[in-house]
Amino acid sequence: MIFDYYPGCTLNTKAKELDIFARKAAEKLGFELREIEDWQCCGAVYPMGADVVASKTPSVRALKASQDNGRALVTLCSACHHVLKRVNRDAAEDAEFRATLTAYDEELEYNGGTEVLHFLEVLRDKIGFDKVKAAVTNPLIGRKIGAYYGCMLLRPGAVMAFDDPESPTIIEDFIKALGATPVTYAMRNECCGGYISLAEKEMSAKMCHAVAEDAVRRGAEELITACPLCAYNVKKQAGDILPITYFTKLLAEALGLDGEEAKANA
Amino acid sequence: MLNPAFETKEILLNSRTIAEKCMKCGRCSAACPSYEQMDIRPHQFVSYLMRGDVDGLLSSTTLWKCLSCFACVQRCPRGVAPAQLIESVRLAAIRQKGGDGITVEDVVGELDDEMPQQLLVAAFRKYKG
Ligand code: SF4
Ligand code: SF4
Repeated sequence: MIFDYYPGCTLNTKAKELDIFARKAAEKLGFELREIEDWQCCGAVYPMGADVVASKTPSVRALKASQDNGRALVTLCSACHHVLKRVNRDAAEDAEFRATLTAYDEELEYNGGTEVLHFLEVLRDKIGFDKVKAAVTNPLIGRKIGAYYGCMLLRPGAVMAFDDPESPTIIEDFIKALGATPVTYAMRNECCGGYISLAEKEMSAKMCHAVAEDAVRRGAEELITACPLCAYNVKKQAGDILPITYFTKLLAEALGLDGEEAKANA
Repeated sequence: MLNPAFETKEILLNSRTIAEKCMKCGRCSAACPSYEQMDIRPHQFVSYLMRGDVDGLLSSTTLWKCLSCFACVQRCPRGVAPAQLIESVRLAAIRQKGGDGITVEDVVGELDDEMPQQLLVAAFRKYKG
């Protein structure tokens, strides 16, 4: 099985682990992430204004490339996933948006036909968590792990259609498949402070503390995330409370893909 | 400076949400993680727009404290998207000369080695349009 893959700016730089372990794990699970050519940064935040079109064009180009390839487009970063899924919906439903795009550049003619999938959705819906479980050679027995969803994977639920936005289970099911024990806590779909953490460290610190303390109160000993910004904020602001890693790193560990070896081979 | 009635209309149109459906229940503000930092809370923000008080909104701290976490959007029982109204006013502020939320000089002092590109890209989009 081959999927098109959109890594995004951060996965080639500060969040290399999120990317490398996903590619390695995919190989072991029998599918390939094929990076699309010449992709551009998605912009990291979805532009909500109706008249903002130019900053959605990188997403449209990626989505269209995937449509031409005849494959679903897979993302790993929560922000890329959020932006691509929402722009895809705009292209499918907003005729004015489509008209502005093609008036700007004929090559941007696109109707939202690409299926956008998060890597976790691939595991759940295309591979199956049962198959993931069967491929685990190093079950993470006894590990108590909290899923940190954050905002962008889940909301707005009507567009993201990722999981129940208020009571998600996909990452908990993923943790179970790896042999570990998922810890459910209330703050798992709350914000880490997002982009505001650039200028407002205190605000972000407060939010990350609330998330980490709640997770610990419920018995979590570590957190996993799909978002480089959640990882950065929690590590920086609440790293002394409990550690946070990328879900792909956990997956690679359970699949017996030794960390250093995976990195060296990448 | 635009005519305020015209500007209100533009902002509402650009927000892609129907603010008139708001029933002032306050659910959005109850869900908002930035509530304490905002001078005009999400439910009040909707009311300001309905009154056409754009001037009050353009100088509001709310523009720069909203995280775009979409908790308000998810939880509004009337299908209103306060985050989109805030973004629409934020865009109006940014588009007026000198309306940016941050300067490039401000950013330099905040950098560190671990900082993901995602954060810088997002911050520039939000603070500078
Ligand atoms: S939750 Fe919706 S209906 Fe209630 S005050 Fe906020 S915008 Fe209005
Ligand atoms: S999107 Fe903004 S206004 Fe809405 S809940 Fe989040 S921080 Fe509050």
